[in-house]
Amino acid sequence: MKLDSKIPDGHISEKWYKHRFQLKLVNPANKRKYSAIVVGTGLAGASAAASLAELGYNVSAFCYQDSARRAHSIAAQGGINAAKNYQNDGDSVYRLFYDTVKGGDYRAREANVHRLAEVSGNIIDQCVAQGVPFAREYSGYLDNRSFGGAQVSRTFYARGQTGQQLLLGAYSSLSKQIGLGNVKMFTRHEMVELVVINGRARGIIARDMVSGKIERYVADAVLLCTGGYGNVYYLSTNAKGSNATAIWRAYRKGAAFGNPCYVQIHPTCIPVSGDHQSKLTLMSESLRNDGKVWVPKRGDDTRNPSDIPEADRDYFLERKYPSFGNLVPRDVASRNSKQVCDEGKGVGGSKLAVYLDFRDAISRLGKPKIEERYGNLFQMYEQITAEDPYKTPMRIYPAVHYTMGGLWVDYNLMSTIPGLFVLGEANFSDHGANRLGASALMQGLADGYFVIPYTLGGYFAEGGLDKVTTEHEAFQAAENEAKGRLDRLLSINGTKSVDYYHKALGKIMWDNVGMSRNAKGLEEAIKKIKEIREEFWQNVRVLGANEEINQSLEKAGRVADYMELGELVAKDALQRNESCGGHFREEYQTEENEARRDDENFSYVAAWEYKGDDAEPVMHKEPLQFEYVKPSQRSYK
Amino acid sequence: MKLTLKVWRQKDAKSKGDFKTYELSDVSPDMSFLEMIDILNEKLIDSKEDPIAFDHDCREGICGSCGLYVNGRAHGLKRGITVCQLHMRSFNDGETVWIEPWRAKPFPVLKDLIVDRSPLDRIMQAGGFISARTGSAPDAHAVLIDHDTAELAMDAAACIGCGACVAACKNASAMLFVSAKVSQFALLPQGHPERESRVLAMVAQMDKEGFGSCTNTGACEAECPKSISITNIARLNREYLKAVIK
Repeated sequence: MKLDSKIPDGHISEKWYKHRFQLKLVNPANKRKYSAIVVGTGLAGASAAASLAELGYNVSAFCYQDSARRAHSIAAQGGINAAKNYQNDGDSVYRLFYDTVKGGDYRAREANVHRLAEVSGNIIDQCVAQGVPFAREYSGYLDNRSFGGAQVSRTFYARGQTGQQLLLGAYSSLSKQIGLGNVKMFTRHEMVELVVINGRARGIIARDMVSGKIERYVADAVLLCTGGYGNVYYLSTNAKGSNATAIWRAYRKGAAFGNPCYVQIHPTCIPVSGDHQSKLTLMSESLRNDGKVWVPKRGDDTRNPSDIPEADRDYFLERKYPSFGNLVPRDVASRNSKQVCDEGKGVGGSKLAVYLDFRDAISRLGKPKIEERYGNLFQMYEQITAEDPYKTPMRIYPAVHYTMGGLWVDYNLMSTIPGLFVLGEANFSDHGANRLGASALMQGLADGYFVIPYTLGGYFAEGGLDKVTTEHEAFQAAENEAKGRLDRLLSINGTKSVDYYHKALGKIMWDNVGMSRNAKGLEEAIKKIKEIREEFWQNVRVLGANEEINQSLEKAGRVADYMELGELVAKDALQRNESCGGHFREEYQTEENEARRDDENFSYVAAWEYKGDDAEPVMHKEPLQFEYVKPSQRSYK
Repeated sequence: MKLTLKVWRQKDAKSKGDFKTYELSDVSPDMSFLEMIDILNEKLIDSKEDPIAFDHDCREGICGSCGLYVNGRAHGLKRGITVCQLHMRSFNDGETVWIEPWRAKPFPVLKDLIVDRSPLDRIMQAGGFISARTGSAPDAHAVLIDHDTAELAMDAAACIGCGACVAACKNASAMLFVSAKVSQFALLPQGHPERESRVLAMVAQMDKEGFGSCTNTGACEAECPKSISITNIARLNREYLKAVIK
């Protein structure tokens, strides 16, 4: 396998400009002769499907939910970054680029990140034009807030529902194209196999989740916009249905998997309340604009938080990182919260939580202002915990939230399988080892609105696509594979439910491949995952049949893939003998317990190639070059 | 806590459904309502019974997937939340809880508690958009929108498309859903060029899908998990009237 990142020559600020000119074009009249399959309808998928259909391509879009509007981008709360510099506070494309490369702990590709920063402003323009009701000042101008890892205010937001509003914007554009007949929409459909013909991605096998029918879809290109794999950990802030099956099936067909060990653990989530817990709820990072993180100085302090005087509180982020304070990046905040809890200073029943306190902000700004900024988040918190955050501080703890790793893509967002493009969280490209807050929405929409419309045209215009139909033997083979898997899952008829195995896998992942990792724990995890995977295939119980709505069968297919993907995450974490961003290896830390990166030996993207179920995957390296942002120890002090 | 659950079971769209009774003990007050159903499903799988099918995804009240009738109320008795945000501390030990799917003719039951809400998508496809081609937008500050108008638009835009308004309405009217989108775009200057064609197309599609008429009972507003106001319906009526008499 050869990794060619296809980064254009020239100065960083001219690469994308030049590349757009160099990409071949498809004549407007010829666009309707080309077709694309888009899997997933979140920000990346919906924006791509709508934009490609506007250009004239034939698009088929697929989502597992009952409506495209329900993709999990909808749950993103805090905001979207853009280098508009409307605040006159020193922002620029270059600064957004710089902050993102630094925030990613120097493990992202400079050229991709610069392009992301370049188009960030266009995204805001596009969304406003679609009727996204961003927050505004009384003057009528757009308002901004700050997010972690930045010292400028560049985050645009719509209350605590920014993801919802951006997704509904993309969904409405997609809806228009569906209404016009330019996009065929398949809801309640799950991709279960990728079809590769003559070395190119040419279609998918999908299961109709209502009838159970296994169907074949052919196209000239396939776009995976299916999000991340955080649900490998069982408990995460992902939706219950968010899954990795599409990218994992593609990996097994030859798409390299980039940096699987880069998993983001978000610092501010509502803590676990018991064994019944089915998912975790995020409390937006934007809360750290006004909320102060602290624990009591003494671990045995059982006083009501409001009775604990200033002198007995440890505002540990402000103390350790005076220049960024509560707005340090996520990896730093999470690790420090874990550390104070490990020292026995955690709060709440489980002692696995820290306070996020709005007392000072409420007295400074008044309750109505806080309500306007975060009303829905406070309400959400109260529903879950039965505590009123206007009166008592929130209790928060880190949880799995986002995966920076994903399928390896080149500058054109194409994977190592020609014709297979990967957008949004599903690819690995822009966030390095740690994603900054409010950058996921930016990347999803950048890929869908402003990158793929150009690069997909370039791929088509190069030619070389044979005429194929769903009668091709590769479709038959892929369909057989998918059916065989489903039949096998249904025929095991063991004693334990799918959730039982998913929880068991999640525990191994959280304990050994979570916020801090070490070689011994990772080796143990790899061994345990293998064992549990074998047991799963011997003993899982999936009731019912394929030819009906069967939610256990849907879950079983996804969990079977997590059992393989989890092992790859652990293997990648084991080879990376350094700490960077979300990947913290206990063996590699400074005396102050900060991450110790090793640029000499690990400044590369790890791209894993599948070699068969009985063979070890092979790791390829794409060296990272930093011509503009010189790697240094990341300091937020 | 111990609960008696009466749950609607229906094999598929063609079969006839019925309530089945399940006893559940060890329910923790900290569980969400859907986690309580998860626990019941694990027990059913244990005893080789088909688990209860229900739509759910984000489990934080924003995706709009979940929608259950709980004790005769859409999303349960508490106002302003979805059923995934409902917690078991809202119930009493020993209580009998009735769980049903949305009941509305345009939303046929597909299995157990899952219904087909695709009519709402088709209303959006008919006109629920501002036609802004990717790449054609002017600078975001080219048109100013005063704070209060933007806030009003946001209030309407908060709709999650769960269908509770339809299920709660005795006429199975989708007016609250349609009015939320029409209002959002009518309030914002970007929505003005297509203002009339939009409202006509969306209302026509709503009627075609078989939703009933609005008789201003306000049940939709009372049950809406996002507390969307029926003043939006008044605005929809004004927008519609203006478009028709023009």
